[in-house]
Amino acid sequence: MKLALKIWRQDGPKDPGRMTRYDIDGVSEDSSFLEMLDLLNEQLIAKGEEPVAFDSDCREGICGMCGVVINGEAHGPERTTTCQLHMRSFKDGDEIVIEPWRADPFPVIKDLVVDRSAFDRIIQAGGFISANTGSAPDAHATPVPKDDADRAFMAAECIGCGACVAACPNGSGSLFMGAKITHLGELPQGQPERDARVIAMTEEHDHLGFGGCTNLGECTRACPKGIPLNVISQMNADLRHAGYGRR
Amino acid sequence: MAVTGLLFIGFLLVHMYGNLMILLGPEAFDEYAEHIRTVGEPMIPEKGVLWVLRIGLLASLVLHVWSAVTLWGRAGKARTTRYVMKRPGYGNFYAKAMRWGGLAILLFVIFHLLHLTTHTITFGEPEPTPAGRVLESFSQWWGVLIYVVAMVAVGMHLLHGIWGACMTLGLNTSLKRAEQIRFVSILVSTIIVVGFLIPPFAILLGLVK
Ligand code: HEM
Ligand code: SF4
Ligand code: FES
Repeated sequence: MKLALKIWRQDGPKDPGRMTRYDIDGVSEDSSFLEMLDLLNEQLIAKGEEPVAFDSDCREGICGMCGVVINGEAHGPERTTTCQLHMRSFKDGDEIVIEPWRADPFPVIKDLVVDRSAFDRIIQAGGFISANTGSAPDAHATPVPKDDADRAFMAAECIGCGACVAACPNGSGSLFMGAKITHLGELPQGQPERDARVIAMTEEHDHLGFGGCTNLGECTRACPKGIPLNVISQMNADLRHAGYGRR
Repeated sequence: MAVTGLLFIGFLLVHMYGNLMILLGPEAFDEYAEHIRTVGEPMIPEKGVLWVLRIGLLASLVLHVWSAVTLWGRAGKARTTRYVMKRPGYGNFYAKAMRWGGLAILLFVIFHLLHLTTHTITFGEPEPTPAGRVLESFSQWWGVLIYVVAMVAVGMHLLHGIWGACMTLGLNTSLKRAEQIRFVSILVSTIIVVGFLIPPFAILLGLVK
């Protein structure tokens, strides 16, 4: 395959950055999107140019490191992570525009690499349970109804990639936050801190400069794990239950 | 936003019901217009209830617009560098129109108050009674057109607004619920748009005299 790539190049956090065009040939349809970028980088290095910086780790769709915006869509045209996207989703001769996640709480470090530690701060604010450590309890020690377990598991699929923020016209992290709140809130272990969690996480989210949700649904469309919009409504229900605004 | 929005929907349903009175004839409509000014008399002074409602609506409006502007501002600050390329065909057209559409509705409401509440603007001949003004206004095709455009804007705003309000109130808790909420938002928006547009069209077609 022959492709025209338009890639965001930015030398560092302070550099204003620019789009740069690269023509690439000999891309296999069976290669992944990141392997296509690897090929480009090999060619750039051979020419003595600076390779394009991008993030990745597992390359199997489970770690959440690899997201970029491809032709205006977070993680590209398929419902999957960038690392699991394959070049057969594109046509020979296509022009592909590649940009980093755009959100001020996710500043660009270099080229396509952004700093997503704002998500870690939201988790640190309340996205955990304070469990006694010790030997693992028996699986049936705390019974969980099947429906609750299923919903918790669905929400727990979130890999923290940030595509929801990247796709949201408001730059909101509500889908990510809603996923964590639903995941922990559906389980018995999540109950003691449930009220405090939702308040602390949403306050931290707003404080970090993420936008507010206007229920558009671009996030859930972009989410590689198919986290549904109802986790955001769950977060709002928990906020109301926690008496937010009344204290 | 959700609470004030739902108050507006309540107001719109009552207002729509009032407007439909004109189908019973101009006298019924004028009697209704008189009644909303005199409810509760003599316990409550003339227009007392009306003014309480007006102040309530105005307060809701201020809160509603203030929340919208705050969200708008936060969104701007959350993404100061824009994408070079937007997703082709992104978003529902009616959901994308919330901000500019909301402002357009606000302008319409001001126009509408100048038209039928203060009578500063008249379509055609000035008329002494509420029913007379409505009949005169909507016997002009362009009078009907202005209200059709406004009601389409209101319908679009409600279509996403009702959905959003249910989301914010925490009512969307499953995929099935999401479908039910979608259904209700389409139903209520349609009832309001159609209900408001029946009187103007009935007048234009000469069915109410
Ligand atoms: C075809 C559509 C509509 C018609 C025919 C209509 C008709 C009227 C009339 C005749 C009045 C004056 C009542 C009186 O003075 O006794 C009025 C008042 C009002 N209308 Fe409408 N209306 C329409 C749509 C709307 C919409 C969509 C809104 C808001 C989004 C709205 C908001 C108001 C408000 C706020 C008042 C003032 C109430 C008050 O007296 O404080 N109307 N309308
Ligand atoms: S909700 Fe989906 S899009 Fe958002 S961080 Fe989690 S996996 Fe990524
Ligand atoms: S590299 Fe881990 S999800 Fe893509």
